[in-house]
Amino acid sequence: MSFVATFNSLPATALCRYAQNATAVDVETALGRPSLESFAALISPSADLEQLAILAHATTLRYFGKVIRLYAPLYLSNECINICRYCGFSRDNPILRVTLTPEQVVAEARYLRTEGFRHILLVAGEHPHFVSNNFLRDCVAQLRPEWPSIALEVGPLETGDYRPIVDAGAEGLVIYQETYNREVYAAMHASGPKMNFDWRLETPERAYQAGFKRLGIGALLGLADWRSEAIAVAAHIQYLLKHCWRAQITVSVPRIRPAAGEFQPLTQVTDRELVQFVCALRLTFPEVGIALSTRETATLRDGLIPLGVTMISAGSHTEPGGYTGQGRADLHLTKAGRRIESEGEHATVQFEIADNRSPAQVASKLNMLGYEPVWKDWDISLNG
Amino acid sequence: MGTGKFASGEQMAAALTASGAELVTVALRRADLTGGKDKFANILTFLDPKQYLLLPNTSGARTAEEACRLARLGREATGSAWLKLEIHPDPRYLLPDPIETMKAAEILVKDGFTVLPYINADPVLAKRLADAGCATVMPLGSPIGSARGLETRASLAIIIEQATVPVVVDAGLGAPSHAAAAMEMGADAVLINTAVAVAADPVRMAEAFKRAVAAGRTAFEIGLAPQHREADATSPLTGFLNQ
Repeated sequence: MSFVATFNSLPATALCRYAQNATAVDVETALGRPSLESFAALISPSADLEQLAILAHATTLRYFGKVIRLYAPLYLSNECINICRYCGFSRDNPILRVTLTPEQVVAEARYLRTEGFRHILLVAGEHPHFVSNNFLRDCVAQLRPEWPSIALEVGPLETGDYRPIVDAGAEGLVIYQETYNREVYAAMHASGPKMNFDWRLETPERAYQAGFKRLGIGALLGLADWRSEAIAVAAHIQYLLKHCWRAQITVSVPRIRPAAGEFQPLTQVTDRELVQFVCALRLTFPEVGIALSTRETATLRDGLIPLGVTMISAGSHTEPGGYTGQGRADLHLTKAGRRIESEGEHATVQFEIADNRSPAQVASKLNMLGYEPVWKDWDISLNG
Repeated sequence: MGTGKFASGEQMAAALTASGAELVTVALRRADLTGGKDKFANILTFLDPKQYLLLPNTSGARTAEEACRLARLGREATGSAWLKLEIHPDPRYLLPDPIETMKAAEILVKDGFTVLPYINADPVLAKRLADAGCATVMPLGSPIGSARGLETRASLAIIIEQATVPVVVDAGLGAPSHAAAAMEMGADAVLINTAVAVAADPVRMAEAFKRAVAAGRTAFEIGLAPQHREADATSPLTGFLNQ
């Protein structure tokens, strides 16, 4: 039985109501008794955030110690076949696009190596022509000699199509459901294969079957009510921990950032609520990795580190060629799958980042906070 | 001592010195195994091979195959043929896989490694691993980092009683008293990491463990007083009869 069946039979309405109405006593009872119901209590307005933070800090320390793993996203392509209202890469946005060649990807990655990174996350829009399975495999294969850890965040594939990519050296797969609310999902995804909610929802399981060792999930916050998204994310984690038990599960809590298309968030998640979400995740799932990107400001990121975050990116660019200008000569617009020649300085970003500090500045801040920045925490020889 | 979870390489080095540890284990996945001297994967530079016997470990491996591959790379990179064999496929509780561990131990012993396998407190598995030529067995007290102490006490006692190789109680020792208790039982050594690394003052906590280990060992060598249900007066009421 896949997570789709579990998800469909979740008592979602009752849990969401509980997440609104739980009392302080319910919160107290929920602590130390991890379940979906207790998770709902921990994200309720009655929870004492400072108390959650103290407990989340102690739990993180015990499970992960005083270390933070660093990673860098590397965008391979911003071509996309989908229309997604919130995404800068949406097919209908007239943006400057490019797909790097594997050689250009290696050149971008070498720059990231000089910054210290040894964990890389390859990101691309979903496009069967520009971002083919073979292209992804070739990128991974060419990076493998220089990168101990390679993860992907790309459109969902079949299990059999993931296998060559795993064999080439990929270790992790990140796939965000964006929203776990079926109605909002349908409204947000107007065209393209991403319209298929269930297919996307089952992706981590297919990735696990194909041999990925690390599975990342999350919801894009700002589309549906954050508490209902949080409950669905928690249910998904719970499922993956049981069924994909050999994989390291990681979760992210991305909030919508300004991007081409000028999409405005449909719901608000305050800083305080985001912190509560992270603390509740940590207390319910002590062993799960929590990734935090440069979507958030330096102040918020620094504050979240002791509360549960285990891996962060730094100095990120969210466009292909963003680090060294690779692919600049090939910038173009794409309409109906065809190139339209155009010129520009750089490809269009997926979203604007909020923490502009360099990796070295972030590492030095981690030291000041009493944390060791860990650049290498995996070895390619561990890849099956 | 273990070397994970410390706030810095310097703090780790200071805590190791204070602990009086002789054997120091390090996760190979955090080291540069390419033969280079990667300054961004430099955990080994904080460990003086003259001060400690370096015990590389295979943490992160989920199968015998992965562990063997990592071990061989590690031997080339560190020059140490000692190996803490850790295979825990479940990242949640990090409990060791007995089947894969047995398989890897047989291969690595033949390959010339001095193998110290991390295992659940399973007396039969401990005997099998010793028969296969492992240098020690390292049964857990409780899950890694859990600080729950000797939850496996009854099985540990059997392992120690039957052992023909040194027994190192590994994992879950959250307080110096846990370490002392393991040594009082007759364990030959303990392996400590989280309790020291995440302490507010790792150096002083390392010292506390050092003293606890020494005290527990001394008590074991002398022999603890047997336990009784009832009081046993130090000045017997009928002592006058012997005068």
